[in-house]
Amino acid sequence: MSNQLKSDFNKVMKISKISEDEILVKKNYLNKFIDSGFPNRKQEDWKFLDISQIIKKNIGNLNFFNDYSKSNKIDTSVFVDGLEHNKIVFINGRIEKIDFNYEDQNKIEISDENKKEISFDYKNSLIDLNSAFTNRVFKIFIKKGYSLKKPLIIYHSTDNKIKTTNINLRLDFELSENSCLKLIDFFTNKTAKNFINIFYNFNLGKDAILKNYKIDKYKNDNLKYSFNNIEQDNNSISETFILSAGSDYLKNEINCNLNGEYSSAFINGVFSLKENQQHEIKTTINHLVENTKSYQLIKSVLGKNSKSAYQGKIFVNSKAQKTDGYQLSKAILLDETSEFNAKPELEIYADDVKCSHGSASGSLNEDSIFYLMSRGLNYQQSKELLINGFLLDVVEKITDPEIKNLIKNIIGLKE
Amino acid sequence: MDTREKDIEKLKDYKYGFTTDIENIKAPKGLNEDVIKFISNIKKEPEWMLNFRLKAYERLKLLKEPNWQKPKYPKIDYQDLYYYSAPKSMKDKPKSLDELDPKLLETYKKLGIPLQEQARLNGIAVDAVFDSVSVATTFKGELTKHGIIFCSMSEAIQKYPELVKKYLGTVIPVTDHFFATLNSAVFTDGSFVYIPEGVKCPMELSTYFRINASETGQFERTLIIADKGSYVSYLEGCTAPMRDENQLHAANVELIALDDAEIKYSTVQNWYPGDENGKGGIYNFVTKRGLCKGKNSKISWTQVETGSAITWKYPSCILKGDNSIGEFYSIAITNNHQKADTGTKMIHLGKNTKSKIISKGISAGFSDMTYRGLVDINFNAKNASNYTQCDSLLMGNRCGAHTVPYIKNKNFDSSIAHEATTSKISEEQLHYCQQRGLSPEESVSLIVNGFCKEVLQQLPMEFAVEAQKLVGISLEGSVG
Repeated sequence: MSNQLKSDFNKVMKISKISEDEILVKKNYLNKFIDSGFPNRKQEDWKFLDISQIIKKNIGNLNFFNDYSKSNKIDTSVFVDGLEHNKIVFINGRIEKIDFNYEDQNKIEISDENKKEISFDYKNSLIDLNSAFTNRVFKIFIKKGYSLKKPLIIYHSTDNKIKTTNINLRLDFELSENSCLKLIDFFTNKTAKNFINIFYNFNLGKDAILKNYKIDKYKNDNLKYSFNNIEQDNNSISETFILSAGSDYLKNEINCNLNGEYSSAFINGVFSLKENQQHEIKTTINHLVENTKSYQLIKSVLGKNSKSAYQGKIFVNSKAQKTDGYQLSKAILLDETSEFNAKPELEIYADDVKCSHGSASGSLNEDSIFYLMSRGLNYQQSKELLINGFLLDVVEKITDPEIKNLIKNIIGLKE
Repeated sequence: MDTREKDIEKLKDYKYGFTTDIENIKAPKGLNEDVIKFISNIKKEPEWMLNFRLKAYERLKLLKEPNWQKPKYPKIDYQDLYYYSAPKSMKDKPKSLDELDPKLLETYKKLGIPLQEQARLNGIAVDAVFDSVSVATTFKGELTKHGIIFCSMSEAIQKYPELVKKYLGTVIPVTDHFFATLNSAVFTDGSFVYIPEGVKCPMELSTYFRINASETGQFERTLIIADKGSYVSYLEGCTAPMRDENQLHAANVELIALDDAEIKYSTVQNWYPGDENGKGGIYNFVTKRGLCKGKNSKISWTQVETGSAITWKYPSCILKGDNSIGEFYSIAITNNHQKADTGTKMIHLGKNTKSKIISKGISAGFSDMTYRGLVDINFNAKNASNYTQCDSLLMGNRCGAHTVPYIKNKNFDSSIAHEATTSKISEEQLHYCQQRGLSPEESVSLIVNGFCKEVLQQLPMEFAVEAQKLVGISLEGSVG
């Protein structure tokens, strides 16, 4: 694989117009990636779903070359109706459009930097891969006191020009003091068998609010990995909602550092999986100072041959007294062949804390089905009603009413 | 200082920290084929046993020491250890207790296990293991009447080779992990229990382990077989003298329960934990595994872990027979610089299998405590269920408490529930107790005992009293 990586890397570098220095930095990341390769089940974080095996099985020979010099046609039919929004359109590894039409242009700065160092410690070869191959790194800077009027939707799409290719995206967001951003990631992949590697870096200033909704609903054969790093200052709030349903493989990883007092992080996730899908959510919440709070709720509904995994970790530093941490994961297994794995982890070094986690899994309750059938529903309807109720619980946690309705419509949940 | 304070002062010290001056026979230092042959030879073992050991050793050479555990320790030099140490007087095994070296008896008296008296008074059959060999087993007559075999492992290999051959290594095979395989290669002694079909063992069986010699590893191997419809309750206690160096204890315990049989295994582990600064102490790397082989069988582990510098063990149940039950009750207390990474594995293979895990962890001082557990429900384990509860209590902000449960559910008929909490002793609770006239230390002891009650209840009477005291002692000096 390493020969192909090197030759693809050289091809990409030839086409893109970047300086020698930058190429050197990228080369460094490439070598780091070549040393460690794709993560496998020997690494604790990848124990349940082994990405190197999955890539081998689903894609086979992965291609790393991507021609960034040609622009792609924007397919407007995928845009979300009925919700006014700002857009970033990301097609085949290229950002084609950044549109903040609804906003005060003086309050948002967009810069395009190539040489972006990674400011936190990580042990993740996929971030090295991302850093080596990602095309342009955009940084979106929201100025002090500004709340975006409309949500920002990032459309992730690929068209039929591309297959069995590795696509990388990196975006940096800086939310200054007292600013607010609602961000929706919308996946509309029409092609098959690409490996998409997304890396977001969020920096939240004092009192800033970030709401990130990741919607992967439509069935496709792509493999995806998404990594969010969130740094939070005093009194900031981050809310992440993950709908994990469409791709063949999807792993969402969230690393959240609560660096400021009274900051809080909320992560809610839904897995709704069918035939042969394998999805995972991995979270690490680091409570580093006093009076911080985190809340996680993850629910899975698993169909035939599907597999979901949840690895959640709450870390509490010895300084972080009065921490409040909570994790709950629940799963319904619908078929004999479905599988649920969980590793809810607590690592605590302070004594005055309130941390708990819970995990439960099982099949649909036959008594509940019987009850509904005795009220005149048929078996299928009863099952659906119960599943919808189970998932609605998570969707109801979304704090933005407009987006909540949008997501309910997308999932097909009615109140 | 009033008398009570003096008592506490006395208890603070590790009271089992004395050494006994007894001449020892040791195998040459180091780990190699000759040492294994030496051990096998001195124990007059048959050839198949030697082959078992050598097979394990061959495999050991290919294995690497695991290092994924939370408490890290300096590398152990396996060539710098004695693998066999026995009191000299044991060379020609005494026929009865009266022939035992008086110094040995003295030691056990200090430990609170006067073999002779205890045998008569409490009605508990005791097997005592001193360094590497089993020195005495009491109450033989009574047990033989019921057809129960309770003897040292070496005796069993001589007298009941068929039974040993049939079951040894069936739960922990020679192809297991590093420490288990090391044990298979060099184990020296341990207890052997066989309960025949339909027999309810009329008394508690008990073993006391003691490491006396320095630079010695203790590698005992225990095998308990409960035949169809039988019942046995087995107790295990451990102590070691105070030494500056770290000593390794890598035992293997295998339990096998056939149809309708039940085994209850309780441990009160109080190995020397090292001094206040974390110097010395025992590395307790033990492999304990039970196999519910038959239908409706049950294995229950209860452990109170207060000693050892590092405890690293996961007593497990393999629930193979349909309707079998596995239980795990644990209290683990770490203070000063002690570290523990302990928990259980419940592997559900049979239909309608049930398991229950109750784990209570208490950490104080600079210690670090991890609960690590696995619940694995296999594809075929229809209608299996598991309930897990692990609670941690922290005292001070220099210690850590961690929970790492692994949950794997591959069967849609099964249900798993897991709960965990971490908290501290609340000011209100302390205030309430002190208002009623208890000292801060007593209050903590009372609250902690309440916290542990669910597990302490599972212990046999005699042990429960000892364990309660231990819980109190282990936490001395951690308040304030």
